[in-house]
Amino acid sequence: MIRMENVAKAFGDNQVLQSMSLEIPKGTSMVIIGGSGTGKSVALKCILGLIKPDSGMIYVNGKDAAKGDRDKFLARFGMLFQGAALFDSLPVWQNVSFRLLRGPLKRPAEYAREIAIEKLRRVGLKSDVADRFPSELSGGMQKRVGLARAIAAEPEIIFFDEPTTGLDPIMSGVINDLIREIVTEMGATAMTITHDMSSVRAIADNVAMLHGGVIQWTGPVSQMDASGDPYVEQFISGSAEGPIEAVR
Amino acid sequence: MNPLAALGGLGRAVLSMLANFGKVGLFALDAISHIFRPPYYPREFAVALMNVGWLSLPVVGLTAIFTGGALALQIYAGGARFNAEAVVPQIVAIGMVRELGPVLVGLMIAARVTSSIAAEIATMKVTEQIDALVTLSTHPMKYLTAPRVLAALITVPLLVGIGDIIGIAGGYVVATQNLGFNAATYLQNTVNFLETKDIVSSLVKGAAFGLIAAIMGCYSGMNSGRGAQGVGRATKSSVESAAIMILAANFILTGVFFSV
Repeated sequence: MIRMENVAKAFGDNQVLQSMSLEIPKGTSMVIIGGSGTGKSVALKCILGLIKPDSGMIYVNGKDAAKGDRDKFLARFGMLFQGAALFDSLPVWQNVSFRLLRGPLKRPAEYAREIAIEKLRRVGLKSDVADRFPSELSGGMQKRVGLARAIAAEPEIIFFDEPTTGLDPIMSGVINDLIREIVTEMGATAMTITHDMSSVRAIADNVAMLHGGVIQWTGPVSQMDASGDPYVEQFISGSAEGPIEAVR
Repeated sequence: MNPLAALGGLGRAVLSMLANFGKVGLFALDAISHIFRPPYYPREFAVALMNVGWLSLPVVGLTAIFTGGALALQIYAGGARFNAEAVVPQIVAIGMVRELGPVLVGLMIAARVTSSIAAEIATMKVTEQIDALVTLSTHPMKYLTAPRVLAALITVPLLVGIGDIIGIAGGYVVATQNLGFNAATYLQNTVNFLETKDIVSSLVKGAAFGLIAAIMGCYSGMNSGRGAQGVGRATKSSVESAAIMILAANFILTGVFFSV
């Protein structure tokens, strides 16, 4: 389980997170929605320790995320970045099995390659992609490789940062379905940040609406449309009228 | 303009410069400490050796040979004013080994290697590849910085040594083919005139310049701003600061080795 308690983070004068509190039960899929620049990525990076919060606490399985062995902590996570963040200098299979080629999880190269190809298949890519470089792939293929990398070491927690941004609706659907399948199949705890409502409906067990640096509403995805929360309603309808300012 | 405001501005600029020196110093200490602490990344080190050392050889060789040749012509023409044309081999040797070899190689490395390291790491930063490294339990200082710094520390002195030899060879070719020097005498004069201290100073300068070039590339890349403009700024500032620091370090090291 992941628990954030009154997490705050500012960049200069810009108070991105005011007092964010959120719980993600083990084995569930939480999707955080909110407009651009509302701190969704910052929240996610705070959990991973990529950004240090100014105040507040973050617990993962009851333990303070800021303490303990960092490598062990990160070994439990997989992450799909918004732009896939594949390493340009490495072929696809080495990107996917990056963790298996070095560090505490190191395995023989042949084994790591087999795992990479298996994970590529899992995300719908053929084995001939394995030896290509990221720059030779389309955006959708890069996202799938990023997804394969996120699940390669079978992590217990997976983060997805804007998984469908920049993709066409068909490829978005493919990625959404893959994420849902993988999360269910692996029994992983998932946290996704997006402003794509089709992703929310496809991926989420629970939804949280982040605005103004705090969680405005959270609940099961089945209750989202009848939440009664003006922020959620405006976000779903995409209307310029409402508590969320259209010009930010 | 209010003189107090101008003074305040100057003070702020000086403080900011000192703060930056401090940050670079701490970054350098951190980078060097990671060279000695596992895990090690031999593949990344091998790639860095190739990029910093082997692939820099053509530019270093060409720079050195033309500089050595031009130096021979200048010394011959200048020496002719007071009948000292015969000192060409000695001055070419000492000029190349003590000063021009290390400085020109250092500046070429700053132009070629520092810029490429800064641009590569800055691009990795803006495309979240550095964050991805962290989430994959890989320390960016160990994976990106330590191999490049170690490779520069090892290969730049070698490049300086090679540059010295090629520069002297450039002078030798010009002197023997154009200026009528006897080949055997030229070589004899070159070898006899150089001291161990000259060569040691050249190699030490090479190591220092290599360290500066790699550190400034990595530092600027790791601290780059967002977007294409951030990458551009990081690359530009890395080369500028590396070049200035190399010239300053050259002055200090020359003082340390040769002050009377």
